[in-house]
Amino acid sequence: MSIAEAAERARHATMSILADLATTEQGVVVDSPPGAGKSTLVVGAATELAKNGERVMIVGQTNEQVDDLIDRLATGSPGTAIGRLSAAAYTPSERVAGHQNVAARSSVADLAEHPVVVATAAKWATVREAERPWPWAIVDEAYQMRSDALLRVARLFDKALFVGDPGQLDPFSTVETERWLGLNWDPMSSAVAVLLTNNGHIPVHTLPVSWRLPASAATVVSEAFYPFTGFAAATEAGDRAMTWNTRPFGKTSFDLALETAATTGWALLELGHRHTLPTDAEAIAACAGLAARLLQRGAVTISERSPDPLPVTADRIAIGVTRTVQTAAVKRALRELGVTNVVADTANRLQGREFDVTIMLHPLSGRRDATAFHLEAGRLCVLASRHRHACIVVARAGIPELLDAHPSAEPVHLGVPVKFPDGWEAHQAFMAHLARHRVCAA
Amino acid sequence: MTLLTAFARAEAAAAGRAQRIRTVRHVHLSRRPLVVIPLQLAGEACAPLAVMLGDDPDKPRTLTVYEPRDRARRFEFAADLAEVILGHLDGYLPPDDPDVHAGTPTQGAPAQGAPAQGAPTQGAPTPGAPIQGAPALEPLPDAPQLLVPNPNAAAFLRLLGRSTRLRRTDGEHAVRPTVPLLGRWLTHYGERAEVPGSALLLAMTTALAEHWATGQSDLEDANLAALLGWVDPPDGLTGQQAARLAEDPVRCPPAGPVTDPTFDNEVLEGRMAAIRDATEAGDGPALARAQAAMDAALHSQLAPTWDLMWRAHALLAELPEAAHAQRRWKDDRRSFTAQAAWLREGGAPQPRRDSAVAAAKRLARLEREQQRLAVERAHDDPLVMAEYRLTGEAFAGTVVDADLTRLDTDGKKPKLRPWLIVQTTDAVIVEPDAVLANPAFPGQAAKVIEVADASREPGRTLVTLELSGGMGRALTAPPGSTPARGDAVTYTTLRDDFQPAPQFPSREETPWTHGGPPPEYVPTDDDAQEAWS
Repeated sequence: MSIAEAAERARHATMSILADLATTEQGVVVDSPPGAGKSTLVVGAATELAKNGERVMIVGQTNEQVDDLIDRLATGSPGTAIGRLSAAAYTPSERVAGHQNVAARSSVADLAEHPVVVATAAKWATVREAERPWPWAIVDEAYQMRSDALLRVARLFDKALFVGDPGQLDPFSTVETERWLGLNWDPMSSAVAVLLTNNGHIPVHTLPVSWRLPASAATVVSEAFYPFTGFAAATEAGDRAMTWNTRPFGKTSFDLALETAATTGWALLELGHRHTLPTDAEAIAACAGLAARLLQRGAVTISERSPDPLPVTADRIAIGVTRTVQTAAVKRALRELGVTNVVADTANRLQGREFDVTIMLHPLSGRRDATAFHLEAGRLCVLASRHRHACIVVARAGIPELLDAHPSAEPVHLGVPVKFPDGWEAHQAFMAHLARHRVCAA
Repeated sequence: MTLLTAFARAEAAAAGRAQRIRTVRHVHLSRRPLVVIPLQLAGEACAPLAVMLGDDPDKPRTLTVYEPRDRARRFEFAADLAEVILGHLDGYLPPDDPDVHAGTPTQGAPAQGAPAQGAPTQGAPTPGAPIQGAPALEPLPDAPQLLVPNPNAAAFLRLLGRSTRLRRTDGEHAVRPTVPLLGRWLTHYGERAEVPGSALLLAMTTALAEHWATGQSDLEDANLAALLGWVDPPDGLTGQQAARLAEDPVRCPPAGPVTDPTFDNEVLEGRMAAIRDATEAGDGPALARAQAAMDAALHSQLAPTWDLMWRAHALLAELPEAAHAQRRWKDDRRSFTAQAAWLREGGAPQPRRDSAVAAAKRLARLEREQQRLAVERAHDDPLVMAEYRLTGEAFAGTVVDADLTRLDTDGKKPKLRPWLIVQTTDAVIVEPDAVLANPAFPGQAAKVIEVADASREPGRTLVTLELSGGMGRALTAPPGSTPARGDAVTYTTLRDDFQPAPQFPSREETPWTHGGPPPEYVPTDDDAQEAWS
């Protein structure tokens, strides 16, 4: 589809959401696939509500996300005074401090004059009962929010707009939570799941196009992770391209992987089959090495945002991993290579973020078994849908065989809706796609 | 499984004997626990068949249900069980206290002035773990500990509690008053067992496997006899051989609650049929003989496990108790005390399901306890800490340089912020600005300033730390309040600084997103209708 056509479809979706907002008694849920303009919608809705003189509270999940959102809000709506409610120890990050219309305070009373106030769910939960509840709340990343967190903040508002990506990671806990399975208010369910179970009449909208994912990725991600709702890329194959300022030197596997990723949007750098610790030294070195090589080669991108080639800077590259120990190992490897500013983090913490190129350490790389944790569709979906241009997967050989040997065997519980997509199936679909973009490490 | 446990398992397999993976015992162990070994009838969800229990290794008591498929027999069994278990619990209540039997309310008729019914709300004495911020209840000096062979036995007791706590003591299908009381205590013990670090109801296989690594899989470790074969093999046998012998159900009958199917078919079936025939024929002497035969058969299934339980108890008791185990046991004692008080005041039985608020509160509490347990175990035990050193979440080394008088003069007033440089050979993955803890100096935080490779000595890392807290108010640290040059130190990201407990709305304020305030819970006849099996 052309960009104009995509814009028209997105505009149509937004109009019907805003129309529902104007008439709803309680709330509206908006499902947003990766990069479908969720933040734009939040900014638009907040501005619209603030324009009508209503105060809006915005609930984010992490401080990172809140800061990102404030940056978008302050840029998109420069005339609106925005309050950043935060812990006393919070120092405004650069992207927040740069805006004149943003004030950071630790008490909600100090922000009484600000029509829009943004904070994390944890911070909102500490706010004492307001004399008059807020007429409106916008809950961002609502699928990431546990229902017990919603329980703590729901007293503060009358009506709410819930936006989030249903394909991302489900909330998790470190303790056994089987006890509550099937209850309408299972504290482990997402905020949206509990909201909809208890309030079936609330309308649910879906945003139709992804502005982030390139044409090469939208179909793959849509089919593997959003089998029923689906979405399309806003751009066509010719709208985006990634090229290099320099030529490759010899034929190293890194260069081959980078070439493959630049031309097809995907690459699988496959290391030799081996069972490893989570901090697989070779795989970690490959992740960091690919990022370093990409910067050395001087990647440049062309996209609908800019017809002139733009360099891919370090902060536009992310390395996504599964566990915190891997994050630390990748950061260390990057430091040793003298690379700074490349983002390295776990899938949980990359949710909602966007980059030009992502490098993913496959969750099943080097594993002997495939547990529910590692098979979770949301984790893979987050890692595979952060990029605007290309995604490079680093993995040990043998993942399809591992999947075949470990079909998912999770028990089915009464009263718990079956979740689609099934993680095992999503993994299989994704690996089948990647097989066509495989580069074997030397 | 952690790397260290995997290594210990490999070592155990090679050595033919389980390897200790803890230097101390992380669970409190009562000197006079009540050992309970339940058996259930195969094919029924919660049909008790027999139980062997007691607090004296030489005097086990066995209770048998001669016809587990008869509901009335099961209630009689529950009443007999209540007599033993409640008798044991009574021994821990203060003598001047009216005993728990006396205050027992009948179903649905709580005493006047009792706290709100249903899921206990904030402020009310809570059956269960203590709530942070609730008025501190002085716990009783000791609490009764229940020991069961495995987690399935614990689950069986919880289920038994669930199916008895809402029974009526009057009207149709009335049961003896002690039956619902037993149900409420078993429910309390079962729910308490879900709290990380609790030792009120302890599954023996879990406790043993936490302290020893065997050369077999987790699944095989669930067999008490096999696990104990690895931990303490008989003379002349290796762990493998002892575990192999334990797989013979004739030599080592299963520790329950499920019985050996061959025993069911070849022994139990016949004995139960004999009882049925004798009952139908009205033949008193034959019935007595048949019952004695069934008792003997069940005794043969239970007695070996009874001995194993006490052997395991003795083995665990030999380990010195971890420093923080008493803190956790105090929470257990407090929960026992609170439940006893709740019963005395005529509080309602635990509802069948948690309300939205109760569920969220409980989850928050379990998560805090889990985190706390992880920190406490690492601080108590160098072998646990070693696991974190292997993952990079902790490092041990030597203080090679220290500026113990360093002042931070950035603020209005100068603050004492000593610097340490620690040299370590561990893999360090902490980042600058991370805040670490040293188990030897609780309450003292150490902020990472710099992580650098020691250039002259490869493989060594120098970590610069800034200390704060635990040094008094003066601008010089009292001697001994910080590590000094040359000291061996351990720093870890596992810190014991906990956020205050989260606040939740009251039950009456349950928001519309969660279905609004739930109707007040009143036990009804419908609850008692819940099927026994």
